[in-house]
Amino acid sequence: MSLMKRISLIFRSKANKAIDRAEDPRETLDYSYQRQLDLLSKVRRGVADVATSRKRVELQVNQLEQQASKLQGQAEKAISMGREDLAREALTRRSALSGQITDLKAQHAQLQGEEEKLTLAQQRLQAKVESFRTRKETIKATYTAAEAQTRINEAMSGIGEEMGDVGLAIQRAEDKTANMQARAGAIDELIASGALDDASSINRGDDISRELEAMSSQSEVENELARLRASASPQAIEAADDSDAILRAESEKKTTEGGN
Amino acid sequence: MIVRILGEGQYDVSDEALTRLNELDSTVESSVEAGNVEAFTSALTALLEGVRTVGVPHPADSLDESDLILPPPDATLDEVRRMLADDGLIPG
Repeated sequence: MSLMKRISLIFRSKANKAIDRAEDPRETLDYSYQRQLDLLSKVRRGVADVATSRKRVELQVNQLEQQASKLQGQAEKAISMGREDLAREALTRRSALSGQITDLKAQHAQLQGEEEKLTLAQQRLQAKVESFRTRKETIKATYTAAEAQTRINEAMSGIGEEMGDVGLAIQRAEDKTANMQARAGAIDELIASGALDDASSINRGDDISRELEAMSSQSEVENELARLRASASPQAIEAADDSDAILRAESEKKTTEGGN
Repeated sequence: MIVRILGEGQYDVSDEALTRLNELDSTVESSVEAGNVEAFTSALTALLEGVRTVGVPHPADSLDESDLILPPPDATLDEVRRMLADDGLIPG
C-alpha cells in the first residue's frame, strides 16, 4: 500500500478515535464544538508563545550586534594607536560573538517560520470551526435520527482530521521552540552574567577599553602639551597636531633663541 | 480527490494528476524503507511540490475528509517512520 494511503488510514483512525461520542448524537456535536474551541485557543496561545520566543531572540541579536560593533570600534582605535595586540584581542572576541549572532539569526528564521505556519493553521481551523458551528445548528434543527447521523458523521470526520492536523502542528512547534528556548535562556544567562559583554561593558569597562582609554588620555595630554608649546611660537600654530612640525618648531625656536 | 499536506492544508487533485503523484509516492516509500535520508528528503519535497503544483487549495471552511494525507514538508525520516508505526506521533 502506498505511503500516502498508509498515513491517511492511521491518521484518520486516530482522529476518529479521539472524537467523544455521546448517546445523543446532537450532544456529540456540542462536545466536539467545545473541543474545537479549546483547540483554537490552544493554537492562539501557541502563536503567542512562538512570537514571544522570536522577540526574545531578536532582542538578543540586537544586544550581541551592539557589542560586536563596539569591539570593532575598539579594534580600529587600537590599530590607530599602533596596538596590534589589543586590536587582535578585540577582533577575536568579536568573531566569537559573530558565531553566536549567526546561530541566533538562524533560530530567528526558524521561529518566524513556525509562527507563520501556526498562524495559517489557526486561520484554517477557525474557518472550519465556524462552518462546523453553522452545520451543527442546521443538523440540530432538522433532526431526524437516520439522516442526522449521516450528516453528523460527515461533519465530525472532517473536523476531526483538521483537529488532528492542527494538534500535530502545535506539538511540533512546541518541540522546536522548547529546544530554542533552552538555548535562548543560556544566552540570556551569559549576557546577564557579563561573560559576553565583559569585553565591551560601558560601565565597568574592560581590559581593552581601559588600555585604550589610558593610551588615548596619554596621547591627549601629549597633544595638548604640543599645542601649548606650538602656540608659544606663532609660526607653528597650523601644524600643531603634527609632532614633526612641533619638533621643527621647537628647533626653529631654539635657533632663533640662539641667534639672539 | 482531496489530498492533505499536514501542517499546510488540503488540496483538490484531479485523478489524472494522481498517477504521477503515485510514482513520487513510491519513491518516498522506498527511501523510507531503505532508510536513505537524502533520498527521502528530496523525494518528499518532490511529492509535496507535485501536490501543490497540480492541486488547487480546497476551501478552508469545508468539512470534507481527505482521501490522502501526506507528512509535513519538514518531516524527518524518523518522524514518518513513527507515523507509520502509529506509536503516538499523531495526537489523539
